[in-house]
Amino acid sequence: MWKWLHPYAKPETTYHLTGRLIPWFSYLSIILLTIGLVWALLFSPADYQQGDSFRIFYIHVPSATLSMGIYVGMAIAALCSIVWQLKLADASAAAMAPIGAVFTFISLVTGAAWGKPMWGTWWIWDARLTSQLILLFLFLGVIALHNAFEDKVMAGKAAGILTLVGVINIPIIKYSVEWWNTLHQGATVSKMGKPSMTLDMLWPFIFSYMGFIFLIVVITCIRFRTEILARNGMRQWVRDLAVKGES
Amino acid sequence: MSDTAITSQLNQPIALSYRSAFMLILKRDVTLAFRHKDDIINPILFFIIVITLFPLGIGPEANTLSRIAPGIIWVAALLSTLLSLDRLFKSDYNDGSLEQMLLSPHPIFILVLAKIVAHWLLTGLPLIFIAPLLAVLLHLNENSYGALMITLLLGTPILSLIGAIGVALTVGIKKGGVLLSLLVLPLYIPVLIFATSAIDTAAMNLPFTGQLAIIAALFFSTLTLAPFAVSSALKVSTN
Repeated sequence: MWKWLHPYAKPETTYHLTGRLIPWFSYLSIILLTIGLVWALLFSPADYQQGDSFRIFYIHVPSATLSMGIYVGMAIAALCSIVWQLKLADASAAAMAPIGAVFTFISLVTGAAWGKPMWGTWWIWDARLTSQLILLFLFLGVIALHNAFEDKVMAGKAAGILTLVGVINIPIIKYSVEWWNTLHQGATVSKMGKPSMTLDMLWPFIFSYMGFIFLIVVITCIRFRTEILARNGMRQWVRDLAVKGES
Repeated sequence: MSDTAITSQLNQPIALSYRSAFMLILKRDVTLAFRHKDDIINPILFFIIVITLFPLGIGPEANTLSRIAPGIIWVAALLSTLLSLDRLFKSDYNDGSLEQMLLSPHPIFILVLAKIVAHWLLTGLPLIFIAPLLAVLLHLNENSYGALMITLLLGTPILSLIGAIGVALTVGIKKGGVLLSLLVLPLYIPVLIFATSAIDTAAMNLPFTGQLAIIAALFFSTLTLAPFAVSSALKVSTN
């Protein structure tokens, strides 16, 4: 496996590979998101208790779970960079942090918008909401630490350590609904085998969820390429690219 | 013995036992702190002043104050710990002795742990002695004093341990102070939540062993894991 992976440790190869992959992923993301969201907003049945306002679920749940997913991805990249000293792993963690922060923010805002009609309040100090807010602070801390260092390599290592320390928050968010039985509802989708929602609601959710995953992949690739260029500005191949003006 | 002599002694390739290396660093840090007494007194004064601000701002009704007393004491403890964290590695970093410690043949884990223990002795421990006095001023419920002391005793070391990670990450940055609070405060939140909930539960005369067990778990896991994170962060910061 290492032999197969080895060429991708070279920034130039990865740069071109991601460049070739971006169009495919963006088409997939656009198609899936269009199908999923149009189906979800126009055709899937309204919830019998919550009416139409439950439809924010199709954005709220993907962004909330994926924000945790991005954090785990960052943590894995940070671990790889600390254990195997992979420079590109640092670059990918740096590329993912702002995306994660934005998705966490989206999940908090959509949650507030959903909470107002359902719970009668924008915000409540519920275990899951609070731990998601802490996740946002962790993302912002990682970004701030990245920006504080002049040297990108040092910044990547320092932010990696902070990311690994913050991983402790992920299981807390994941299980907060089960540990503290508070206002936020429990899991609906992930009950394996028998999800507690009808198929008319589940299918559009799966489409939009996959669409969001590919959206994150596309944005990560774009930011990752920028990070690679920023870190290898002195290399000959980057200069050649700049002279040729090729994407 | 002056501190430079101790540091240079650490650098000689003689094998000190773990215990004596630990004690050397601990003594050195405590001695240094007692020569700059401001560093010890200022965070405590800060703690007291922050707590006196609350009755002035909220109003002196005993009921309100006793309701919010645990939160105020704990938040003030977090902030004063944060304020004192800066000196944990800063002066050693500036005069180069931190690098010498990292180069020494002794495990960094031991040296870092000694520095953190010294920091706790100088900031965490005084807070525990003063807290009951301030709790009287805030009309804390009588049943809560035991819980307050135990949570502070188990909780303030966690603050020093987690804070050390943040300081180690930011020690190389010129204006690391504000950044430090951004990194460290989110990680302090679990301690704050469980400690205040233990004190509140005690006020209602209910057993608070559950919260105490979680704080103890946090204490032991940070005690064993944080020094590793601190030493790798120090290696990054000193480059």
